[in-house]
Amino acid sequence: MQELKSKPESKPAASEYATEPEGEASAAGTKNDELLKLENLSINYKVHDGYLSAVNHVNMTIRKGEIFAVVGESGCGKSTVAHSILRLLPDKDTKITGKILFKGQDLSTFNEKQIEKVRGRQIGMIFQNPLDSLNPVYRVGTQVEEAILLDNPDKAAAKKKTVSLFRDVRLPDAELRAESYPHELSGGMRQRVMIAMMLSRTPELLIADEPTTALDVTIEAQILDILKRLKNTYGTSIMLITHNFGLVAEIADRIGVMYAGEMVETGDVFEIFRNPRHPYTKLLMQALPRRSKKEGRLKTIDGMVPRITDDKPCCRFANRCPSASERCFKESPAAVDFGNGHICRCFEAEGAESVKVNG
Amino acid sequence: MKSYIIKKVLVGLLLIFTVSFLVFCLLYAMPGDPVDLAIDSKVSAEQRARIAHELGYDQPFLVQYKNWLVGIFHLNFGTSTRYHVKVWELMRDRIPYSIRLCGISLLLEMVLALPIGLYCAIHKGNLFDRFVVNSSLVFAAIPSFWLGTLLIVIFAVRLQILPISGYETPAHYVLPVITITLSSLGSTIRITKAEVLEVLHEKFVTTAYAKGLPRRTVMFRHVLRNSLVVVVTLLFMSLPWMITGAVITERVFGLPGMGALLLNSITVQDIPVVQAVLLLIAILTVLCNLASDILTGILDPRIRVSLSGGEN
Repeated sequence: MQELKSKPESKPAASEYATEPEGEASAAGTKNDELLKLENLSINYKVHDGYLSAVNHVNMTIRKGEIFAVVGESGCGKSTVAHSILRLLPDKDTKITGKILFKGQDLSTFNEKQIEKVRGRQIGMIFQNPLDSLNPVYRVGTQVEEAILLDNPDKAAAKKKTVSLFRDVRLPDAELRAESYPHELSGGMRQRVMIAMMLSRTPELLIADEPTTALDVTIEAQILDILKRLKNTYGTSIMLITHNFGLVAEIADRIGVMYAGEMVETGDVFEIFRNPRHPYTKLLMQALPRRSKKEGRLKTIDGMVPRITDDKPCCRFANRCPSASERCFKESPAAVDFGNGHICRCFEAEGAESVKVNG
Repeated sequence: MKSYIIKKVLVGLLLIFTVSFLVFCLLYAMPGDPVDLAIDSKVSAEQRARIAHELGYDQPFLVQYKNWLVGIFHLNFGTSTRYHVKVWELMRDRIPYSIRLCGISLLLEMVLALPIGLYCAIHKGNLFDRFVVNSSLVFAAIPSFWLGTLLIVIFAVRLQILPISGYETPAHYVLPVITITLSSLGSTIRITKAEVLEVLHEKFVTTAYAKGLPRRTVMFRHVLRNSLVVVVTLLFMSLPWMITGAVITERVFGLPGMGALLLNSITVQDIPVVQAVLLLIAILTVLCNLASDILTGILDPRIRVSLSGGEN
């Protein structure tokens, strides 16, 4: 299993980050409001030439009944964080350090039996590609019932509940569809089945890992609508992982922007959109299509997310940052709280003196 | 599902028909005249012609084929030129031995291969897995006649705990069963393992975990169940193969099964028997393929749809 040594803390940034929720306790109520809290979560994959740092000292908090969006481009560790919460990463060659606190309990210390009780029942998860997330040899109804039967062994009741769940997620012909095999359904229908399956045990937190990436835009809107409705009716908290800022604006309460395994900026959705502080967030915003046509071509960010195997301190965005200074290549920026839960990890945002090398 | 099965049955019938024709051609493809094989060499030309007429060898080739085929529908496979008894009776006496031998071997193979394959896939790279992979390679490379002889030398001659050859008691079956099982076990384990490994990386396995199923349930209900499609095909493919494969093993251990009958009949050119046994093997192969196709169709709904042209 995972190695869970508590690593001696080297980064000053970490402690600052860890104190974040207390700072905004006034706004959000007491500490009990926190449903999921990641503390200094680091995940390293073993590769042939050492360790690949997929996630580095990530801190984030999801409160009850909120939609928290994790944004970032491909390969920045969003999915890895999501999978690590339910321990769905391959055991071998994965090293996880830090705390995964769910309602105050550290999930990373749970044994196999304990984590099984959390999966589905307390935290549900839907995946990026609904096309291969369902077992092709069982009817979709059976697959949902399978989850329900874990809580209540009454088969007739499970069947009934499945159909009513299918109605909840607006699956047309719910009774009929329960008898279908996955290959007989469209992508959107399959994603509805997945959502129904993960809601069947009424988890308090739903992790949605790019739930609409494989679907077309009209279906995307419907799925989002379902998620929003769920949040409102069941009070389910949702961790929405996406690379789509438009989606975030539509649905999220708070945002965490990830880059190369680090959480570079978090905050309230309005605050981030109005006042992005991290250069990466700013660039992501500029890459968004707007309504006016005057802006010409959309902005893009040059380069790719780096593959980080060495542990030397630097800002991971430095090589692509238009305003990077020499300092950015030598030190890791600390997380700074700008008030109201708006946290950013950047020397520039800090207002520090910097010599611009390119820009 | 219905149209899928009908299609499969029709293709199977066509196959059997084709094979039956080829098997019948054997009569003339083999060296020597079939009449010569049926009679003594010291008969007069008139007598020879009379016997040829009685056996139907003077008629045109296609008429002979038709007569043979019609006979088979009445379970009349002709008369053995060697033993002068009905071929069907000859086979009837031999079949139980082969079924006993192959049936037990196949059962043993599956009972061993499935759990071992599953275990090796889950614990890929551990000591047991490496042992299984390497030893299965060794056993796959050893020819069964050599393995059989080796087992006889060790257990029958040296240790004297099992009989050398024969068919009277269950003990007589131990060594032949081990021989057959060992030579095919390795490949079955490897195919099971490869299939399970592939399924283990499927997304729906992650989904199964994510909804809270215990590991054991995930393994059996999702991983093994989905790997079964290939394993079932494999199992049914090896059914007829085991009857032919047992030719050598039966010979080594002196078991009077179908394999031994086939081998003897070939050496003494008892053509009607050879034809009948070959046809039987062909029919079995087609039947087993059909059974495996239908079963995989039941096990995997996607196959059902793609093969029946969209209907269910």
